[in-house]
Amino acid sequence: MAFDDAYHALTDHDDDARWAYGTGFTDPLAGVPGDLPDGVDRTELAAYCLMLGDDALILSHRLQQWVTRSPELEDELALANIGLDLLGQARLLLTRAGVAEGWGRDEDDLAMRRDPSGFRNVCLAERADADFAHLVARLFALSTWRLALLDRLTASRDPMLAAIAAKGVKEVTYHRDYAAQWVVRLGDGTPLSHDRMLAAVETLTPQLAELFRSHPTEIGLASVGVAVDPATLEAEFTQVWTHVLQTATLLPPTASLGGGAAPSLACDPAAEVSGVPAGIEQERARPWGRDGEHTPALAEILDEMQGVARSVPGGVW
Amino acid sequence: MTRHEWPLFEVFVRAKRGLNHVHVGSLRAADHEMALHHARDLYTRRNEGVSIWVVRSDAVAASDPADKEAFFTPSSDKVYRHPTHYAIPDNVPHI
Repeated sequence: MAFDDAYHALTDHDDDARWAYGTGFTDPLAGVPGDLPDGVDRTELAAYCLMLGDDALILSHRLQQWVTRSPELEDELALANIGLDLLGQARLLLTRAGVAEGWGRDEDDLAMRRDPSGFRNVCLAERADADFAHLVARLFALSTWRLALLDRLTASRDPMLAAIAAKGVKEVTYHRDYAAQWVVRLGDGTPLSHDRMLAAVETLTPQLAELFRSHPTEIGLASVGVAVDPATLEAEFTQVWTHVLQTATLLPPTASLGGGAAPSLACDPAAEVSGVPAGIEQERARPWGRDGEHTPALAEILDEMQGVARSVPGGVW
Repeated sequence: MTRHEWPLFEVFVRAKRGLNHVHVGSLRAADHEMALHHARDLYTRRNEGVSIWVVRSDAVAASDPADKEAFFTPSSDKVYRHPTHYAIPDNVPHI
């Protein structure tokens, strides 16, 4: 995309008559130094930015697919807004990935010219949703996880990642709130909506383990204060997840964490041969998006998302 | 299954520099909380506001257009209701 800074005309807060509504927009990255932090491997940093950027890009595309299919016009707008927020985060993160790797690739090259094996998003981001209950359950889980992640990433030693995270925290807080309200509304609703919301949560729960599985890139960069190790997010996630599901009457209200009622969602990478719970075996057998292993759903998304860019190489709009 | 329409809500947004909430439109929602969320998504996408009110449309009492004569015309000839007969010092703004 060949355009200048999109904020250029809108950051001056004046009474310019060209704009029907308020200006005074803020460029979230204004004044943020773009240098790479000392002692950080460029390739690793690029890989990490791709992970977080791809999570946002692929979930954004799934949300865009709900436009014209939502149950109500107002929710169509809400989902489109959330999709646009995530697309904005993806653009910043992919741009950062391109700068970090230093081969001259920009956000468009990275979004439109990679095959599924080059994508690093978690598989949960690419899942198709059978109905609206499945969508809000998945959006709630991913927003809760991403908010916990971005919240910690605001302290990153990479000033650019910290700035992108600070912008994202405000957006994802709203996404989580929106999705949680629907989970509660449907769960604590009619018998039919309760059953369908419960089915969505039961489908989703076994798919959550991947969110807390640490990739070597994440562990390495976390150890030098640049990234967040996803294994550290599980406690906060479980607390929010359990609270909302209890409010939605989808979990027994007595379940206090540690009381054995809420089993760990993650797999323990330290658990080896002896006494390995079956869940970990299953988890290791699943495709791992952080390693570029994906479900067939990702290829379908990329066929649709990349079609125009691949058929018109070098095209701009 | 019968389809129930959500009730209608009126939306009022306070602009950044304004003093009053201004009516900007209406939307459908299941309850007040959802109406606020929807209003945020529909009516404050371009930096329009710093505060939102929603109120159920059936809670708004409106003047009847048929009563226009009795309601509004009597004020049009009462010039003494407007404090225009005072000299205002130059350094008093916004009058």
